[in-house]
Amino acid sequence: MRIKLLQNRVLLGRQSVSSTCTPLGSTMIHSLFLINSSGDIFLEKHWKSVVSRSVCDYFFEAQERATEAENVPPVIPTPHHYLLNVYRHKIFFVAVIQTEVPPLFVIEFLHRVVDTFQDYFGVCSEVVIKDNVVVVYEVLEEMLDNGFPLATESNILKELIKPPTILRTVVNTITGSTNVGDQLPTGQLSVVPWRRTGVKYTNNEAYFDVIEEIDAIIDKSGSTITAEIQGVIDACVKLTGMPDLTLSFMNPRLLDDVSFHPCVRFKRWESERILSFIPPDGNFRLLSYHVSAQNLVAIPVYVKHNISFRDSSSLGRFEITVGPKQTMGKTVEGVMVTSQMPKGVLNMSLTPSQGMHTFDPVTKLLSWDVGKINPQKLPSLKGTMSLQAGTSKPDENPTINLQFKIQQLAISGLKVNRLDMYGEKYKPFKGIKYMTKAGKFQVRT
Amino acid sequence: MSASPAYSEEKGGSSSLGEPEYGHDPASGGIFSSDYKRHDDLKEMLDSNKDSLKLEAMKRIVAMIARGKNASDLFPAVVKNVACKNIEVKKLVYVYLVRYAEEQQDLALLSISTFQRGLKDPNQLIRASALRVLSSIRVPIIVPIMMLAIKEAASDMSPYVRKTAAHAIPKLYSLDSDQKDQLIEVIEKLLADKTTLVAGSVVMAFEEVCPERIDLIHKNYRKLCNLLIDVEEWGQVVIINMLTRYARTQFLSPNQNESLLEENPEKAFYGSDEEDSKDDKPDAASLVKRKPYVMDPDHRLLLRNTKPLLQSRNAAVVMAVAQLYFHLAPKAEVGVIAKALVRLLRSHSEVQWVVLQNVATMSIKRRGMFEPYLKSFYIRSTDPTQIKILKLEVLTNLANETNISTILREFQTYIRSMDKDFVAATIQAIGRCATNIGKVRDTCLNGLVQLLSNRDELVVAESVVVIKKLLQMQPSQHSEIIKHMAKLTDNIQVPMARASILWLIGEYCEHVPKIAPDVLRKMAKSFTSEEDIVKLQVINLAAKLYLTNSKQSKLLTQYVLNLAKYDQNYDIRDRARFIRQLIVPTEKSGALNKYAKKLFLAQKPAPILESSFKDRDHFQLGSLSHLLNAKAVGYQELPDWPDEAPDPSVRNVEEETAFLIESHIGLLGELREVPEWTKCTSREKRKEKVEKPFYSDSEGESGPTESADSEPESVSESESESGSSSSESGSDSGSRGEESGDQSEEEKKKKKKGKEGPRKACLESAGSDPSEEEEEQGKKGKKKKPQHEGKGGSETSWEEGSISESSSSESDSGSEAEESQSEPESKRRTTPPSSKPAPKASRKGTKEISLLDLDDFTPAPPQPASSPAIVSTSLVTDLEGLTLTDASLTPTMLSPVFSTVKTYELLHRMAGEGLSVEYYFNRQPFPPDPHMVAVQIQFSNNTESEVKNLRVSEPKLVSGMRIQEFQEIESLAPGDTANVIMGIDFCDSTQAANFQLCTHSRQFYVSIQPPVGELMAPVFMSENEFKKEQGKLTGMSEITEKLTLPDKCQSDHTIVQRVTAAANVSRVPCGADNEYRFAAKTVTSGSLVLITLEWKEGARAHLTVNSEKMVIGTMLVQDVSQALAQ
Repeated sequence: MRIKLLQNRVLLGRQSVSSTCTPLGSTMIHSLFLINSSGDIFLEKHWKSVVSRSVCDYFFEAQERATEAENVPPVIPTPHHYLLNVYRHKIFFVAVIQTEVPPLFVIEFLHRVVDTFQDYFGVCSEVVIKDNVVVVYEVLEEMLDNGFPLATESNILKELIKPPTILRTVVNTITGSTNVGDQLPTGQLSVVPWRRTGVKYTNNEAYFDVIEEIDAIIDKSGSTITAEIQGVIDACVKLTGMPDLTLSFMNPRLLDDVSFHPCVRFKRWESERILSFIPPDGNFRLLSYHVSAQNLVAIPVYVKHNISFRDSSSLGRFEITVGPKQTMGKTVEGVMVTSQMPKGVLNMSLTPSQGMHTFDPVTKLLSWDVGKINPQKLPSLKGTMSLQAGTSKPDENPTINLQFKIQQLAISGLKVNRLDMYGEKYKPFKGIKYMTKAGKFQVRT
Repeated sequence: MSASPAYSEEKGGSSSLGEPEYGHDPASGGIFSSDYKRHDDLKEMLDSNKDSLKLEAMKRIVAMIARGKNASDLFPAVVKNVACKNIEVKKLVYVYLVRYAEEQQDLALLSISTFQRGLKDPNQLIRASALRVLSSIRVPIIVPIMMLAIKEAASDMSPYVRKTAAHAIPKLYSLDSDQKDQLIEVIEKLLADKTTLVAGSVVMAFEEVCPERIDLIHKNYRKLCNLLIDVEEWGQVVIINMLTRYARTQFLSPNQNESLLEENPEKAFYGSDEEDSKDDKPDAASLVKRKPYVMDPDHRLLLRNTKPLLQSRNAAVVMAVAQLYFHLAPKAEVGVIAKALVRLLRSHSEVQWVVLQNVATMSIKRRGMFEPYLKSFYIRSTDPTQIKILKLEVLTNLANETNISTILREFQTYIRSMDKDFVAATIQAIGRCATNIGKVRDTCLNGLVQLLSNRDELVVAESVVVIKKLLQMQPSQHSEIIKHMAKLTDNIQVPMARASILWLIGEYCEHVPKIAPDVLRKMAKSFTSEEDIVKLQVINLAAKLYLTNSKQSKLLTQYVLNLAKYDQNYDIRDRARFIRQLIVPTEKSGALNKYAKKLFLAQKPAPILESSFKDRDHFQLGSLSHLLNAKAVGYQELPDWPDEAPDPSVRNVEEETAFLIESHIGLLGELREVPEWTKCTSREKRKEKVEKPFYSDSEGESGPTESADSEPESVSESESESGSSSSESGSDSGSRGEESGDQSEEEKKKKKKGKEGPRKACLESAGSDPSEEEEEQGKKGKKKKPQHEGKGGSETSWEEGSISESSSSESDSGSEAEESQSEPESKRRTTPPSSKPAPKASRKGTKEISLLDLDDFTPAPPQPASSPAIVSTSLVTDLEGLTLTDASLTPTMLSPVFSTVKTYELLHRMAGEGLSVEYYFNRQPFPPDPHMVAVQIQFSNNTESEVKNLRVSEPKLVSGMRIQEFQEIESLAPGDTANVIMGIDFCDSTQAANFQLCTHSRQFYVSIQPPVGELMAPVFMSENEFKKEQGKLTGMSEITEKLTLPDKCQSDHTIVQRVTAAANVSRVPCGADNEYRFAAKTVTSGSLVLITLEWKEGARAHLTVNSEKMVIGTMLVQDVSQALAQ
């Protein structure tokens, strides 16, 4: 293995020397490699001269050093290149660059690539990418020109290259036609660059999901160390023609910090606190926001915990109870408790009052799928932990991570007032849904 | 997903010649190695006249390319299809060509004519795509053709084709750099283009080809600024980065008049200049005479037009704007980027990683900017280690005297993490905090010393290293710790730690003359069973002791050296021999012996603990070079500001408005009809609106600080009236207090009698334009703050001054009655943490004093003596927990949002014979008993002697009332202060709790009477829930009062401030603009208290309180309306 690596290095050296002979610059993203978790490079694409895939050895080295995927540094310098990578869906997307470029530019672009794949194929996985390799290649070809982003709006891309659907593949099989749009795309030229022209629907509908996530750290005694609300408004708009929408809130002042989809007219928001936009077609994220810490954040659940290791005995006690706190009368569901137990814990014998629990003795990960919280009968998980004999008690108590969902509630109290449409004559169906979720919700014990 | 099987099936199915398994894995490794037939069939398929076959073949070929397989020998067969009518085949052929043309140049030429034809096509998209491919095949022979094509396309009708031309420029340049001059001409032409579509691409080309030709930008500068918001996001990044460099060469530094010192007191003044210049831009000429620096309007234009992009969804754009502000904006304005950067921390971990690195650099230079977001950098156990360590870096950079206690408490949690790398980093961070903040050095040291008994070797080793560094800074003061560490040698088994301790004792044996020989004695005893590194240090210790204290240690040293002489390890034998020769005088070894002392006991320089991010900002932030802290290939240095402003007229354009009429993106264009800089005034206002949330946000956090308005404003008056200067809080602050007191009095007179003096005139003029002035001064006030952080005394009095100013408009004399009672409270009001800027009102005052009175008074120097003891005392309690015990952390003072500064006197200095006691309601839950109200009590000993055994005794309480006494304070040194918390259950009544306060010699009868607003704790509820509850509490439980809001109290902000100051309630979100809701529960019985304030037209308002407890309701209405009326 080592020898192979070394050979590659030599090879790489030669190759790079030759490539540095040409004038530098001109390419932001030189090449892209897709690497799976077992270290196979299963796709490569170059936007300029070919960079040997042996450059990835530097990446593998860094990966080995990091031990865990999430700790691989996003930027890895090598003698002649810089490797910028993102890790998503168990795939490393490694971009090779040669010259100074804002790192976030590349990282953000790579994430956009992943999002596009997800949008195209429903999921982004190695199998799906391999199965659709031609579409993937075509999409990448359109997204970058000479290493510089060209078309990254999925609306435009879909006009250029049709995503595969069952129906279309069947039709294609029969007629021998293809995924590439048969007319020339006009999206690039549209006055509204994010919306394709000539959209037609028989049912015109516009749905908005207000989803809020609570990020919190709760300390041992149950008091909140930090809590904030991060919200997004995701939209699914299927409207004919060129509709111009305005969305207003009952209490826009709640929104402290916002970031918009490019379609939102910024100045209108600034002056009137109204969202005015021509929507892209289909699914998109209209807005993400942050609710200022000025308001108290309601914490919808609490965790009572009693986790104790004793010094002498090889048994520890473990008991947690989850209960509703400030739920505004709504049911807390989809509750899931996970906790990384200390290394000294060999096994756990626990009985949940409801739901399923698992403990992996290798990774020491305890997870308990609680489900719904019934306020009359609080779910609890009790039992003992068997500890490694002979070792003294671990000095840390595990942190408890919580997930939950509350339907029909935006915990910040944000409310959409109304949605109006201009520019088209029909009456669309409108819908709005609220949901509160746990974001990074952690209880220290 | 579901589509994929069908898709691959189709591949197999549609190709009549293809073998089934081939269809499934077209690019399997075997293709080339063994079977050339398959190639033949691909060629055959490409040669057929059926598009479907061609397509199938091309798909397989592309799949091969994607897997990195060589398909170059198919080139002749593929290139024939370049003219194919089928669009998809054509596209895939293009993909192939771009990949292999470089290797097969001659054959590639066959395709050129097709592209040349394409360039003339009437369809703009075909023209564009032909140009794109033509420029992408890297065949040097066609350079002239490419050049021609680019030139032609640059003047194409279609902006899309022009964009493609811009993209082609760097491609050609990298192929043949001799074309540079011609390409620059094209760039110049395209830079003048007025469409957003082209702007991003051409600037990219500019950056690649001729970034040094900054002169090309002049004429296009304003246009680029104005187009920026409509350019696509990637182009925005490139343009912003380019404009950052441009601005650095063309404008003067907005901070040029400041000294380089970071927290410069003068900052505020220049901040104001800047603001002024903005306001008075129209007659800038007149300003030039008066002011030293006026911001170039073009500079301002850039700042203004990039600011909205902080709201972009694209992290790269946000970062680009952030770095632009960091490098170009006046210091006072840089703060706006903090919020956006903090928002990015929610993004993917790679984004977090990059952003945190930049924040780390910024937080060293502009600490104040991120202080309000301290909690956003708290670490979660699920963060990846590399993120944790960066967050730790930021937290350490943000640490200052006010927030250090919270930060250290966080660190305490981190030390117990399972992630040992992170624990080690935390220990180092504690070490850095200790070196930077002198106050906590001792406590940190103690905490670290206790970590030495940790089981984890890494923790111990890291602690020892850090302790060693800390001790080296001032060893003389820490003989205690060295002694303590000496004791630890009995228990600590980790060799590394033992060795380090021995080194320390040896190094500083003169500070512990008694202990050192004893340690050596013990070590000599166990010498044979020690690890090698420990043995070496024992020898070292012996040698040093022999040199300093040979009388006591001579024999021991001999003994140790003899043991070492026969050790198994030759290193140790060598060392023993070497040292013996060096230190023990013999006939032979005369020469070096003289210098033995110098050799062993030389001063070792203390290591410096500083951030690895220090001075990284000489790299342009957000760049790769900054991230790597090394110059990346192709990095463009960020130029320094010029000394003399280059001629600004170069940016003047003849037909300035031409591009504004252009509106290819109609929807955004509609808002850009007017040239930006002509709209200055109106825009200015709007801009201020934007800024407002930022400041008001941070103000909001300081809620309780402001809550002091109502009470203490009277304080300074009464203080000055009675003429008693607060001697005990130091003469300086006292005199300051008087000054401000004076002023407020004068102001009052001015109001009443209409007198006019020069200073009053000043004040008046300052006050005449409150809306503008306030904003601006708010900023200054904020900037002022850090200068005073930790210097409690002076800060307090400053605030007083400001408050007294605001009280000038106070009309009712009723407050006088209260004054006498609350007289001394201001003196020891706890210093609000500086992370929360003082209230707007007070800032205004602060600034006025500093700006206008400079001539009259020389500002009193800040006096360190009066720094509040609170910080240190609470730190002691903090760091007691810095061990690894399981002691639960009390959440006291955790969220300073609720800490109040309204202090009451329990025992006056005179009555208490030198002991003065004050209390305030800290608005924290009282952990031992949730039904109790927590009262923070502060004792100050002003006597000459120690006060001992401070305790509570004989409470005389109304039935039902309970007291949780604080722990007895054993002794309080003269001049010292101590803080304790006690809990009192007032049974939801405002009856006083009477008890005795005992010292070792005296007893005092005291009583604590709570204001009604302190008998409750905030609850959170939604709007609907509020309405529901309110519906239940009608009739008798509802008390309404009409009131008139004074002018001062007509902003959302002040109203909320005042109400939350008067009562411990939390705000309930509310949709309506002119309604405010608050909710709380009484502490004992948990009954709901709901406050509604409806603001009618003008100044009229309705105050409603709903509560079961009618008495509380009535009293609360009184208190709140009083608070609002002030």
